[in-house]
Amino acid sequence: MADGRAQVRRRAGLRLWLAGGWLALLVLVAIFAPLLAPKDPLEQDLFAGRLPPFWLTGGALLGTDSLGRDVLSRIIYGSRIALTVAIVSGVITCLIGAGLGLLAGFWRGWVDVLVSRFIDIWMAFPPVLFSILLIAVIGPGLFSIIIAIVVIDWTRFARVVRAEAMAQGAMDYVASARVAGRGRMGTMLREILPNVLPIIVVLLTLEMGIAVIVEAILSFVNLSISTDDPTWGGMISEGRASIHQAWWVLVFPLVTLFLTVLSFSQLGEGLKDRFDPVLR
Amino acid sequence: MTYLSVQNLSVRIKGGGPLLRSVSLDVAAGHVHGLVGESGAGKSMIGRAILGILPKAVEVVSGAILLDGVDLLALPPAQRRVRVGASCALIPQDPLTALNPSRRIGRQMTDRLVDILGWTRGDAEARALALLAEVQITDPARVLRQYPHELSGGMRQRILIASAFAAEPKLIVADEPTTALDVTVQKQILKLIAGMQVRHGTALLFVTHDLGVVSKVCQSLSVLYAGKVVETAEVRAFFAAPQHPYSAALLAATPKYTDPDAGLHPVPDAVIAAVRAEVGHD
Repeated sequence: MADGRAQVRRRAGLRLWLAGGWLALLVLVAIFAPLLAPKDPLEQDLFAGRLPPFWLTGGALLGTDSLGRDVLSRIIYGSRIALTVAIVSGVITCLIGAGLGLLAGFWRGWVDVLVSRFIDIWMAFPPVLFSILLIAVIGPGLFSIIIAIVVIDWTRFARVVRAEAMAQGAMDYVASARVAGRGRMGTMLREILPNVLPIIVVLLTLEMGIAVIVEAILSFVNLSISTDDPTWGGMISEGRASIHQAWWVLVFPLVTLFLTVLSFSQLGEGLKDRFDPVLR
Repeated sequence: MTYLSVQNLSVRIKGGGPLLRSVSLDVAAGHVHGLVGESGAGKSMIGRAILGILPKAVEVVSGAILLDGVDLLALPPAQRRVRVGASCALIPQDPLTALNPSRRIGRQMTDRLVDILGWTRGDAEARALALLAEVQITDPARVLRQYPHELSGGMRQRILIASAFAAEPKLIVADEPTTALDVTVQKQILKLIAGMQVRHGTALLFVTHDLGVVSKVCQSLSVLYAGKVVETAEVRAFFAAPQHPYSAALLAATPKYTDPDAGLHPVPDAVIAAVRAEVGHD
């Protein structure tokens, strides 16, 4: 008889493959952007502005924007910025947040008090204002965006990981390990960490999705890198102005952004199912 | 010969009320000592204090814990850990949370032998196999490769017992090892622990709230109320004639399976009041 568990696994597998497939494709596209892009993403051609996509009697594959720049090429180059921001800020946020959370949750005592109060104070700042303020101070640019995301979002990791580390720390297997002579550090890294890892992975992929959105938002309000450079958020912002004449300038980057963020979150869900020892 | 001697141990919540009030008890080498009392009487706290795994919010106020003549409380933490790790082990209460869910049984059983006691991986694995066979697990080689969630509660408790005996400790603290199991499995597990204890000659501190279990497994016992030992006795003498009114009432409160119509006899309020006044619990 078919086991119910096998079906759960197959569904999770499909989700994992679709999300992972899209992201893998995106990574390849980002790496080989110069080979894949049909045109220079910055090249303007005012006589070929707002050309529709190819199936609407157009010349360019996904059309051109009001300055005659190739939409497909800009999306392709935009993936470089989006993925760089996602991966770099995701990983740094994860290391800082999860590290502090793990320490606070397992060590408890004054470490916990310090970290927890710090998180509370930190979270009292409204995130969007905080990031705009930050970028206003350190100036726009790729680096600033990454810093802004890390500075704002590490608390998300720290809180969740701390709670999970506390729950795991109260389990009897931790007591047994301590009795057997494992030091505090060893217990934290060898007994607790493997059990909070699934949560960290899910948070990390979610964070990457969030980073993509934040980058798009900041580009949208022109706080990202220079407006010439192709970013999905910047394209959406430009496309919004000409939506009645050239919908493709808005829609294609929007769909790409949507699929990417969805894929990140689904990847996290799928990986969680894979990693969870009880579902495995 | 006394192996473990707890002397006038007092433990309290940091900045709060007392949990253990000047507790003293002795466990002879190779003997089984029962520790009984109601929920919250401090039974587990004694075991945890001995093993050095008291919760963070709890501190030792005074007293001594002599393990083989050495006061554990006077040792620096690192030395204490080495000493306890080499000669003591814990059989925890809940087999469902006492195994690390993300690691294979084999790794969990052998890790401590390898990492802490310096065995070779091969020796440790052979030892784990032999112990699993001793606790009557069929196909131990396969179980070593499995994860905890793939095993039943009874199986997990057997594995925990096997792990506890892995490094041939001199003292094992069994913290209500059968409470989380259903009654039929309880009996098997008790038999198993008792058998292992005799074969390995390990001293056992058996924490339980079940006097029936004490009468089967232990040679002596201490009755605890509100963090104070009210009576310590040999098991035979205790069940024949408990000395303290509270222990007598506790014994009388045990339901009799042989006489279901006898009704239940809760510990009378007067006895509770008297014992509270005696231990100073308000």
